[in-house]
Amino acid sequence: MSDVLVLSARCLRLSRRQIDALTTAVLLPVMLMVVFVELFGGAIQTGGKYVTYVVPGVIVLCAGFGSALTAVSVCQDATGGIVERFRAMDVHGATLLSGHVVASILRNAVSTTLVIAVALALGFRPDADPPRWIAAVGILLAFVAAVSWLAAAIGLLARSPEAANGSTFLIMFLPYASSAFVPVHTMPHWLQGFARHQPITPLTETLRSLLLGTPVGSDAWIGLAWCAGILAVSVAAAGALFARRST
Amino acid sequence: METVSEPAVLASGLRKSYGGVPVLDGLTLEVAGGSVFALLGPNGAGKTTAVRILATLLDADGGDARVAGCDIRRERSTLRKRISLTGQYVAVDDLQTGAENLRMIGRLAGLSVGASRRRADELLERFGLAEAAARRAGTYSGGMRRRLDLAASLVTQPDVLFLDEPSTGLDPTSRLQLWDAVAELVGAGVTVFLTTQYLDEADRLADRIAVLDGGRIVAEGTADDLKRRVAEDRLELRLHSDVPFSELLVCLDGRLLHADPTERTLAVRTDGGARDVRALLDMLDPDGTGVAEFALQKATLDDVFLTLTGHTTGKETAHV
Repeated sequence: MSDVLVLSARCLRLSRRQIDALTTAVLLPVMLMVVFVELFGGAIQTGGKYVTYVVPGVIVLCAGFGSALTAVSVCQDATGGIVERFRAMDVHGATLLSGHVVASILRNAVSTTLVIAVALALGFRPDADPPRWIAAVGILLAFVAAVSWLAAAIGLLARSPEAANGSTFLIMFLPYASSAFVPVHTMPHWLQGFARHQPITPLTETLRSLLLGTPVGSDAWIGLAWCAGILAVSVAAAGALFARRST
Repeated sequence: METVSEPAVLASGLRKSYGGVPVLDGLTLEVAGGSVFALLGPNGAGKTTAVRILATLLDADGGDARVAGCDIRRERSTLRKRISLTGQYVAVDDLQTGAENLRMIGRLAGLSVGASRRRADELLERFGLAEAAARRAGTYSGGMRRRLDLAASLVTQPDVLFLDEPSTGLDPTSRLQLWDAVAELVGAGVTVFLTTQYLDEADRLADRIAVLDGGRIVAEGTADDLKRRVAEDRLELRLHSDVPFSELLVCLDGRLLHADPTERTLAVRTDGGARDVRALLDMLDPDGTGVAEFALQKATLDDVFLTLTGHTTGKETAHV
């Protein structure tokens, strides 16, 4: 356990010093939110203030941007010499990857806090009591953990850090084809089926309900089931990929 | 370390193939505790594969080995606590400072925050990196990075230290510094297992040298043994046409390595010392008129391989 802490401190130190990648992970979601709220928001009808609608979506998008940095860092470790040193020291693959995931969750906490702070400045007014805030943080944590493990698996699969960076585009694209930025019923008919039944929509809807004080419904369980599924598959895949790199 | 205890490394019949191509084909070797052992061989001989198997980073297809008193398969976890590995590629974080790199390794090795800080400072001092301690490793020169890498392998004092081609990519000065550091370790009782493709490196550092070719050991002994048996220095001569060539060959007898009557060239075994070379020249050419030209050739890895295996290391070489 203390190895995980040492390694996540290492990951955070490394990511603090990769200014360009860190900028993408932390500042880009904020900039995108400003673009959506101030430039596109006026033209999007969601039946209320657009900033209120879009904040949960941007928070989910944050996890996508953060995943790129996680995948790249894991790939850098796996393709460099340092993983051999860790293995020769009997540091397990699961421990090393957990370090990356913990660092990824902490980076996400920073970017999410920043997004919410800027959103408040832009007029976002959440209506949630403490239990709802806790529930929102919990479901977000589940999602970020799942996405971080998925990114770790992608990082182990990719042959180079550049390829790892590119391969996370799907995670970054998914929020656009969901209810994160526009209501699903405004989309073309052929896309609505996909948008309703992919993981981002129930997660965004759950966050939205929790933050705005409206009834949550079954979306929470569907969203959590998605997180559990992604987490299970990613952890298993990461384990297998790490072992494969070791022969 | 003159005990009758178990050897630090004991391998028998290690085999490993990649896609049906054997890389190790029955590797058997023994390294005494507290000694320096060099595995000498060209690129592709299987040196790195051997080290990675012995350091438990790679599973062998067959054979057995014990390292630092532990079986490489059954006691992997204990074994890993008793060894350190400095691989062929420098394994430090470029974005961490020298001190941060070493402290992190100390923490992962189970030292407390304070102990890992003290150990890091100690090692930085010892490897001449104290002034660069607060700089990121990415700004270090190749030699400094290598030394930091070596320091990282010594944060906890290992029983056996594996060094895979430690001087690859180093300039001559850094190479000497590295050799000094290794010599110091041996003084502290560490067993060093190194691989190299340079005969002079093995010569300088190792108590015993094993030559690896085609995945097996083809010769083993002290540096002197190998030099005597395998690849001596030689004196190459071209003689003037008026010298009775074949008569000279008779008196050289066992020392003659090569003779070509048409070109009037010959090669003679020598220890490379001035006394021996002068004596040879005097014997062959008492008047000082018969030798047209001569050259002293140092033994090379290619010579070792040519003698031992009948083939060269793969580089284009023109043997006389």
